[in-house]
Amino acid sequence: MSNRGNLDRNRFLAYHREMLRIRALEETALEGLKQGLVLGAIHPSIGQEAIAAGVAGQLRRDDILLSTHRGHGHTLAKGADPEAMMRELFGRQGGNCGGKGGSMHIADFSVGMLGANGVVGANIVIATGAAHAIRLHGDDRIVACFFGDGAINRGPFLEGLNWAAAFDLPVLFICEDNGFAATTRSADLTAGPGPAARAASFGMDAESIDGNDITIVAETAESLIDRVRRNRKPAFLHARTYRLTGHTGADPATYRPATEVEQAWQNDPIARSRALLVAAGVETEVFDTMERAVAAEMKQVFEAARNAPWPDPAEGLTDVLDARAPEVA
Amino acid sequence: MAEMTYAAAGAAALSETMEADRTVWALGEDLGRGGVFGQYAGLEARFGAERIVSTPISEAAIMGVGVGAAMTGTRPVVEMRFADFALCATDELINQAAKARFMFGGQTRVPLTVRMPVGMWRSSAAQHSQSLEALYTHIPGLVVMMPATPADNHAMLKAAILSDDPVVYLEHKNLWPLSGEVPDDAAPYRIGTAGVARQGSDLTIVTWSATLHDILAAAGRAAQAGVADIEVLDLRTLWPWDKACVLQSVRRTGRLLIAHEAVVVGGFGAEVAATVAEELHSDLKAPVRRIGAPKLPIGYAPTLENEIRLGPDRLDAAIARMMS
Repeated sequence: MSNRGNLDRNRFLAYHREMLRIRALEETALEGLKQGLVLGAIHPSIGQEAIAAGVAGQLRRDDILLSTHRGHGHTLAKGADPEAMMRELFGRQGGNCGGKGGSMHIADFSVGMLGANGVVGANIVIATGAAHAIRLHGDDRIVACFFGDGAINRGPFLEGLNWAAAFDLPVLFICEDNGFAATTRSADLTAGPGPAARAASFGMDAESIDGNDITIVAETAESLIDRVRRNRKPAFLHARTYRLTGHTGADPATYRPATEVEQAWQNDPIARSRALLVAAGVETEVFDTMERAVAAEMKQVFEAARNAPWPDPAEGLTDVLDARAPEVA
Repeated sequence: MAEMTYAAAGAAALSETMEADRTVWALGEDLGRGGVFGQYAGLEARFGAERIVSTPISEAAIMGVGVGAAMTGTRPVVEMRFADFALCATDELINQAAKARFMFGGQTRVPLTVRMPVGMWRSSAAQHSQSLEALYTHIPGLVVMMPATPADNHAMLKAAILSDDPVVYLEHKNLWPLSGEVPDDAAPYRIGTAGVARQGSDLTIVTWSATLHDILAAAGRAAQAGVADIEVLDLRTLWPWDKACVLQSVRRTGRLLIAHEAVVVGGFGAEVAATVAEELHSDLKAPVRRIGAPKLPIGYAPTLENEIRLGPDRLDAAIARMMS
């Protein structure tokens, strides 16, 4: 796959930094949850960062991305401001959604991030619609749509993939396969040879990869995105990974043996990325500087979010409908 | 002035908005062939298959694509074929379209029009006949509109398409062939306004959709028989609804009957009745009453279907009771 002896150090250092930022943002959010500052459920993507960084790294700012309930990494990697994200998780003013959405509805339309979604698989047909609109506008943007292995058993997966293929729409579907549909092993409940085979049955290019190897993720995504952009047809990326935390920040995930999780930590995408960069000659000091900068950024984000005011209750009455019936005299 | 059918008036409204705005497009099953009721006749030939899009039988995708496309700079008109089938796209409409603007903190609008043909129509039984408007009036974030005449279908559909809100647009299948005048220079319809279909002084009847025509006939009979001089209000938009118009009328007549084809239990008539009871208790000369369908699935045989319908006898009896 990649010629690791000739790793493009600057490019992969940028992805490494993005993975560190995602990890640090989510660890900060988990600390916020512990302190009662994060109010609702959060779904960490710790252990899955290579997919977010590696795919979003190939997108243009004006490309569109749709995410899931486990969407902090995708959102940050697409270019959202982490302070606005943390304010949203804390339900404060200045959050991306003004405190109206929280973690599961995080969105930043200014960077083409059209929303996480609280309903598994629901974003697949919405992403397909965004791509259909792009087709009507006639420009060269593409859509990246992330979902998990649990989503492939929902109806909108079939309807959306068929539609995108039938109408030749520019969407990259990315299945982040962490092995668990909420708290149940998805392999026990999923028939057939897997996500990529399902996608291939619609006639679309589908690749199945090690989603914890940043070089493989970035290079495969680059190739697929290039094809989607040029050919105006959908493609599918099945990226195998492992969710190192529970389903939610409050889930101790006792349904899986400790040894399995310990082994999975040996496959941590950030540690693997660092090893590759070290092998390519990057010095320890570079990582130390980078880690300090990321930690400082997230410390500032945490403090700013903690000190931000609550939304004005009157805000809860806005952003519903424009239509108004005549006033009662 | 042009004489046209309710179906043709809908097609004209879509055609005029598509002509004026390149971002308006329609998607649904069999639209290229004119739609299942001919309400899209001739539009594919005029605008091409890129803007009059015939889709797979994938209701969740039709609605979901509409939502995504509405958030990406277009104004989709989604056709659900039968309101009953829109239930396959409930998440896309209720959790997504209705919520996106609010839950994303106003970062987006969802200028989506969802056309859902409703109502009883020649032995179509339990899954092709329902009037489900009350379901959508309950959901924050949706506008609900139900035109009753060709002129209203023309003006109201244009308003729905031009609105930045998601609109559930319920056309009645029995009205497709109804012919009427559609003015060329009608003022734009203001969403949320009712119409006074008949002026009267003894009793206000609030209704909407095809039932309007049954009520107008009943009001004519009541006038002829000297039973009552009835004011008939066509609500037209169920959410947001024109409370001001209804309260003003009932304040004058002192009597209110609400009539709709849908099941009376939990129907939108209950909301109108409760509001009038709360606001005008001391002005009422008679209890507020509702008339509609019993809580039963709709049967296939005409004798069974007629059990559900608001026939002339039931309407005349309800009016007589209001005046007794």
